[in-house]
Amino acid sequence: MKDFAALFKTLDETTKTSLKVQALAHYFETANDEDKLWTIALFSGRRPKRAITTTLLRTWAAECAGLELWLFEECYPIVGDLAETISLILPDSSDTYDYTLTHWLNALIALSKEPEDLKRAFVIDAWDHLNGTERFLFNKLITGGFRVGVSQKLMTRALAQATGQDEADLAHRLMGNWTPQTTSFETLIEADDPEAALSRPYPFYLAHAVDGAPDQLGPITDWHAEWKWDGIRGQIILRGGTHFVWSRGEELMTDRFPEFAALLDFLPSGVVLDGEILGWKDEKPLPFAALQKRITRKTVPAKLLRDTPVILYAYDLLELNGEDLRESAFSTRRAQLEALLQSLPETAPIRLSPSIEANTWEQLATHRAQARDKQAEGLMLKRCASPYLAGRKKGDWWKWKLDPLTIDAVMIYAQSGHGRRANLFTDYTFAVWNGNDLVPFTKAYSGLSDAEFRQITAWVRQNTLQRFGPVRQVPAEHVFEIAFEGIQRSTRHKSGVALRFPRMLRWRQDKVAKDANTLDDLNEMLVIYG
Amino acid sequence: MASAPLITFTDRGIYCPRADVYVDPWKPVARALITHGHADHARAGHGHYMCTASAAPIMLHRLGEITLQTVQYGDVICINGVDISFHPAGHVVGSAQIRLAHKGEVWVISGDYKIENDGISEPFEPIRCTHFITECTFGLPIFKWQPQAVIAAEINTWWARNQAAGKTSMIGAYSLGKAQRILSMLDVSIGRVLTHGAIEVSNGILRKQSVTLPDTIQVTPDVDPKAYAGAMVLAPPAALGSKWARSFGASSSGFASGWMRLRGVRRRRALDQGFVISDHADWNGLCDAIKLTGAENIYVTHGYTDIFARHLRGIGYNAAIVETDFQGEAAQSEESEAI
Repeated sequence: MKDFAALFKTLDETTKTSLKVQALAHYFETANDEDKLWTIALFSGRRPKRAITTTLLRTWAAECAGLELWLFEECYPIVGDLAETISLILPDSSDTYDYTLTHWLNALIALSKEPEDLKRAFVIDAWDHLNGTERFLFNKLITGGFRVGVSQKLMTRALAQATGQDEADLAHRLMGNWTPQTTSFETLIEADDPEAALSRPYPFYLAHAVDGAPDQLGPITDWHAEWKWDGIRGQIILRGGTHFVWSRGEELMTDRFPEFAALLDFLPSGVVLDGEILGWKDEKPLPFAALQKRITRKTVPAKLLRDTPVILYAYDLLELNGEDLRESAFSTRRAQLEALLQSLPETAPIRLSPSIEANTWEQLATHRAQARDKQAEGLMLKRCASPYLAGRKKGDWWKWKLDPLTIDAVMIYAQSGHGRRANLFTDYTFAVWNGNDLVPFTKAYSGLSDAEFRQITAWVRQNTLQRFGPVRQVPAEHVFEIAFEGIQRSTRHKSGVALRFPRMLRWRQDKVAKDANTLDDLNEMLVIYG
Repeated sequence: MASAPLITFTDRGIYCPRADVYVDPWKPVARALITHGHADHARAGHGHYMCTASAAPIMLHRLGEITLQTVQYGDVICINGVDISFHPAGHVVGSAQIRLAHKGEVWVISGDYKIENDGISEPFEPIRCTHFITECTFGLPIFKWQPQAVIAAEINTWWARNQAAGKTSMIGAYSLGKAQRILSMLDVSIGRVLTHGAIEVSNGILRKQSVTLPDTIQVTPDVDPKAYAGAMVLAPPAALGSKWARSFGASSSGFASGWMRLRGVRRRRALDQGFVISDHADWNGLCDAIKLTGAENIYVTHGYTDIFARHLRGIGYNAAIVETDFQGEAAQSEESEAI
């Protein structure tokens, strides 16, 4: 595992993409095929089934370190990573084992069926004989999730560099349900694959946010407006009698959204659609929270499929009859899209994202103000004459989002952050007034500058009223403007509301606690926007 | 009737009413005993100061015109029946633990300390006492330091590798203490060592009091940084990533701190290298130091106080948390500098 550990260290110690790709490419040029395959698997989220529960790992680690379990548990949130916490508290080890990555993974897979005492002996033996980094990686192999700032895309680029293959072809080869036990490096990466060309997506065109008012964009007649949906940007490819669903991150999501297979029954082959994947029921979008359940699942149980069906809200047509349309004007593509989707039955999991008609920018602004009622985040503006560009290019596509909702709240508890923010107080609980009482209603942990976090951290240290484990109660002194995207009734919260994406917009040092908003204000927002 | 304790904790700082002295007070008082010259322990505005002779030059440089009495380590000064003495804390040059004793009640206020002999600071000496006040900046079992020689080898290997790649190496370290410690660890046969002005001030003061440090070149407007490709540059943490730092051209930067033990903190700084080295005691250092005092009553100040105190209670000590204004080793790069 020493070469894998060296790769990990290099990836972990740099923020430069070029150096990461270089290190990965070097590894793919030098490692053995089995280890390469496992590395690809790990960096694309294919870790083996967990052989040992984290509860057992924690207990054994505390025992080996001669510590009480509570002390281990206190360390964990400060480190922010279980595998790292374990490797930090264990006594020093010898650096004597030199086995391949594949050896360790196969051993762990074999271990999953063994009794607990055998697992324990194996794990402790490995802890005793692996050096610091390898011990951490060994724990990571058990607990899963390699977050080293290497996306699948970055890894694919490095693999393309090392093998001389086309990046998009490789991206496709890496998709699907393979595991290192069901394939080989040769089969997965090197063998001929005529299917690759079929699945290849077009690079997405991404919009910039409108800076201020949109009237500087010129006459409104040059522009097409539509709702900006709160879903997953997706590209659906229908070619050669089969279909592919790509996310904006160019991740193949075909298996996560099986309902789109039905599109083959309604649309001809040689079609590529750009649009928003949305949870959809009773002819309207479901809240993003519902869709979120679908995103995290690689395979979808039948109940979830029934409760949260999805559709594609289509807004662009990139290919028709196998022909690339991206050079033609948006208005032309839009007309072709409308024609294509016209007269499809309701059972087809696709809708045309409606246009919004307005003769003046003022009129359009009135529409935008209603976005929340439509379950939309705001408006999209697209220049009628524009081609479909690649990447985030300024000029032809703009998002004109709604301003967030805001409320002034008092900070009443603070907790230190995890991982990168382990020694700063960054996680706060906020309250609003209900008569003379403060009612907590949300937590937030982003939106302030590092300097502000440090200033508040120093204040929290010196003004702690009470400690509840890692949480500190502080005097109700500091007021923050909390921004959020939506508000819903909640029975799980004391305040009766739950916010979507709350964050700190600014620290209102000009206000004192009694200037904060009230629970009545929140309830009023709930009536209007909930 | 039990008599009043020898030491009390006030909003001005740790106080001995019988001798009418404060230890490292954070608000102005008449008489202050100072453990060491870092800014959170030695503050301006007191009437009368007392510190060790080797801490004095830094104190005078930082605080200017003050009334200062110096003592040698181990000397006993008696004030109203309280025996007061200073003992090496191993934190920085001149740093002390302060012992106050009266009729068998013995308190040791350790200030900041570390157990390992760094070769520059007067090495830590355990002092027997009944009441021990300890910091616990790194009071968690995840904090364990490697011997200094191991870190020295890491730094020198990194320096040589950067040099071979045509890069300058730059390490961020506190101006007083850490910077000189790193300097003394460098293998100067590799190349030249350049220093930021803030660090060179401390170097000058320490050299004058016969602390041996390798030769350094201060970076002044007359010095062309590009003429020293492959050199080692020592800078205060705040200077990393600044315009000043960029003037050295191709460079690799590192930071030396106990916090570098945590991957998350290391990554937040977006530096090329983190060196795990601290002038504070690690977990084992703290536990050993406490044991060696023989004290039953332990007061923990800055750091992971609640967790550390609970641990101490669990193994049979009377442990209490004392809130102070001391900061320990800040994890941020923009912390106020001692000089």
